[in-house]
Amino acid sequence: MWADFSLHHAWLIPLLPALAFAIISFFLLRSPWLAARLAIAAMGSAFLIALGVGWAVVSKGITVEAPFVMKTVWFSMPGLVASMGVLIDPISAMMLFVVSLISFLVLIYSTGYMTDDPGYARFFAFMSLFAASMLAMVIATNFLQMFVFWELVGLCSYLLIGWYFQKISAREAGKKAFMTTRIGDFGLLLGILFLQIAFGTLDFGELAVKVPAYVQQNGAALLTCVALLLFAGPIAKSGQFPLHVWLPDAMEGPTPVSALIHAATMVVAGVYLVARAFAIFSVLPGAMTVIAWLGCFTALFAAAIALTQREIKRILAFSTISQLGYMMLALGVGSLTASMFHLMTHAFFKALLFLGAGSILHALHDKADIFEMGGLRKSMPATCAMMGIAVLAIAGIPPFAGFFSKDEILVAAAHVSTPLYIGASFTAFLTAFYMARLFLVAFFGEENPHNHAHESGMSMLAPMGVLAVLSVIAGIVPFTMGFGDWVRFGPAHHAGIDWGIASASTLIALAGFGLAWAIYGGGARRSDAIAKQAGVLYSLSLNKFYIDEIYQWFNRNIVTGLARVLYWVDLNVVDGIVDGAAQKSGAVGAILRRFQTGQTQHYVALMLMATVMLTLILAITAGAVAGGGKI
Amino acid sequence: MENGGLMHTLAFFLLSGITLAAAMGVVFKQNLVHSAFLLAVTFLGVAGLYMTLQAEFMAAVQALVYSGAVAVLVVIGVMLTHREQMSRSNPPNKMLLVGALAALSVVGAIVWAILATPWKVGKGSVVTAGDIGRRFLTDFAPPFEAVALLLLAALIGAVVLFKGGKAQS
Amino acid sequence: MIGLSHYLLVGAALFGLGLFGLLTKRNLIAVLMSIELMLNSVNINLVAFSRYSATDAAAGQVFSLFIIAVAAAEVAVGLALAYAIYRGRDTVSVDEMNWLKW
Repeated sequence: MWADFSLHHAWLIPLLPALAFAIISFFLLRSPWLAARLAIAAMGSAFLIALGVGWAVVSKGITVEAPFVMKTVWFSMPGLVASMGVLIDPISAMMLFVVSLISFLVLIYSTGYMTDDPGYARFFAFMSLFAASMLAMVIATNFLQMFVFWELVGLCSYLLIGWYFQKISAREAGKKAFMTTRIGDFGLLLGILFLQIAFGTLDFGELAVKVPAYVQQNGAALLTCVALLLFAGPIAKSGQFPLHVWLPDAMEGPTPVSALIHAATMVVAGVYLVARAFAIFSVLPGAMTVIAWLGCFTALFAAAIALTQREIKRILAFSTISQLGYMMLALGVGSLTASMFHLMTHAFFKALLFLGAGSILHALHDKADIFEMGGLRKSMPATCAMMGIAVLAIAGIPPFAGFFSKDEILVAAAHVSTPLYIGASFTAFLTAFYMARLFLVAFFGEENPHNHAHESGMSMLAPMGVLAVLSVIAGIVPFTMGFGDWVRFGPAHHAGIDWGIASASTLIALAGFGLAWAIYGGGARRSDAIAKQAGVLYSLSLNKFYIDEIYQWFNRNIVTGLARVLYWVDLNVVDGIVDGAAQKSGAVGAILRRFQTGQTQHYVALMLMATVMLTLILAITAGAVAGGGKI
Repeated sequence: MENGGLMHTLAFFLLSGITLAAAMGVVFKQNLVHSAFLLAVTFLGVAGLYMTLQAEFMAAVQALVYSGAVAVLVVIGVMLTHREQMSRSNPPNKMLLVGALAALSVVGAIVWAILATPWKVGKGSVVTAGDIGRRFLTDFAPPFEAVALLLLAALIGAVVLFKGGKAQS
Repeated sequence: MIGLSHYLLVGAALFGLGLFGLLTKRNLIAVLMSIELMLNSVNINLVAFSRYSATDAAAGQVFSLFIIAVAAAEVAVGLALAYAIYRGRDTVSVDEMNWLKW
């Protein structure tokens, strides 16, 4: 009964946090305690309904092929009908569950983390707005609705990244995020427009039928371009190379924001879009290849940078980019199941990692360089333990969550292309290494005498605890209960465990751990020597491969240069035309003015000439009309 | 009324010759006094033309008013506005060519109209002074009165202008 | 032999001469004289029409008489004006009377 109610009232899930946002914004900005409680209550209720939706999907057997859809027409014009609605299938149910749960946990965490912030109530308002937008995007029935909330999510990201707006770096990071994702959104919008023009509909269900039929008839070339345009949005939003540059800077925002938005939910919006439109992408092998290779490259690229970073949140940011690359890789090789599975497990352990980092930052008063920490396991044992669980999960050690999801990706990649499999495996090695590096350097070794760390309060530890439990069980439980039967595209495949690949990945992870232990274990810091030996590679990695510098060069020279040229054109050509017209009128006037001599005889002569000419004209035309004059 | 005849033709050509020659003198001569006197001759020539048109009363009035009063007025005007030496007191201005062009084009248009129109020539009746007088006092009485007023106004205006702006002295 | 057109041509020639004088003479009095010539040419036309083709012959001559009266008045006032200008600006040259402009 509750399942039924939830299913038919799934639109409440985004609505409740939206109401919380509205109420807090209008009434509760001066009552932070009440604002926080309201936001948490709304989010909690949304989570309960999401649970109901999930239960309904399982009990009623709603499948990806036959989703539950409720929609209404928003507006219609000749040639365009825009509707809004709710689309429930196993994929969106899973997303609803993940987003609402993590939002709920992060909001509880924020009550502890943001206690001293003067904008406490506003924070909860923005977070609620974000949750509402993300949830509404997840249940979208068509591209238009998805795009609307996609943009809204981007707006919330901008607002929350620039939360500490007194700092220039925060403001700049917010702008950078918005502008970079805007580039992607431009491509996405072009793709959407094309789909509307070519197929007359943006509804996912209808497109799932029309696009494959079109490709069958006319070939894949045109639609591949459209798909790549559509993919531009996910490239920016999900931090794929080359539009990943905003994610590391987004760490300027408060840690709960990083945990929720830039780890678990918003950044996976791009992955979700590809998954939602998988019917379009899967029939375009060219697009799939691009997605797969770009994902693999991104994973490797970001992991290579994360090796040398020193700030704890930066390491995690690049780790997020890398794992997003994994998700794209999985989609590119055709395994929707693997991608979504990894999305879910990654959300749990990445959020946990960020919340733990926040715990550390809160304790150490925002000191972020891991090399200035040390021995924190003695002063923050709970955080240490839970971060440890997360590290094991992300590295892919069985039976933690990450093992199962990463394994699925590796299997899928191996079936399609060996280079991709090798790239993904090497990335797994690097992932294990840099995560272990973080863990060892921050938590082991000598305590830094300047730090006065203490364990965080229950409001922060309890959500971390929940996520820690999920990081353990969220792999094995869905795997054994048939995740792949529900969240899939196309027929379900029961491959079981590929022992070869599974053992290989475990060994690779352990090797990564071993290397980290060799360099950083037991309090040693042997990294400087290695850094000197690596030389160029080290500085490339440390400076994020200079991508930001390249973009800035481009901006400064080409964009600004173009602006200067156009400014010249505006000043000289456009204004020139206008001014020139005015000046020509003046010149003509100056000439005509000379006819007014003041001499009556001149005037008489002119009038006479005019009269004579008029008479002639009248005579001739009258003569012509009357049929021939007399001369 | 004679329908033409040699005398009529001769008279016409003679009188129009005098008139036009005098008019050319008025316009082309550079001595203002000469122009003024030749103007009087032109008026008399026109009076003669009226005679050939059997409009005797018109001829009389023309001679009286125009050459008797208007020409005299013109000479008085010349006298009052006397400037440099008389022999070059009526020069042409810079618009000689344009003026000639304009005048020629107008005349050309008129001449074309005259020659191109098929005039319906009738017999025409005799017009006596009595007829004219009668018309003045019956059909054209209002304009007659108006002209009287006009002459009064012109008289007053001329006097005022001659005296100068200020009413006193 | 001598018909309407002849008189009309004389009138046209006189009018042309008057027009030429109006446009090309520098002395104000000469301009006034040219205007008189033009008025006379009109009168010749009117009387000729009255003689040769008018249904109402007297009206033509009456019209001419009106013109003569008006012309006389106009000469009087015109000459008074010329004298006033001469007294005020010490010139009768039309070229120097260019105040009818911007």
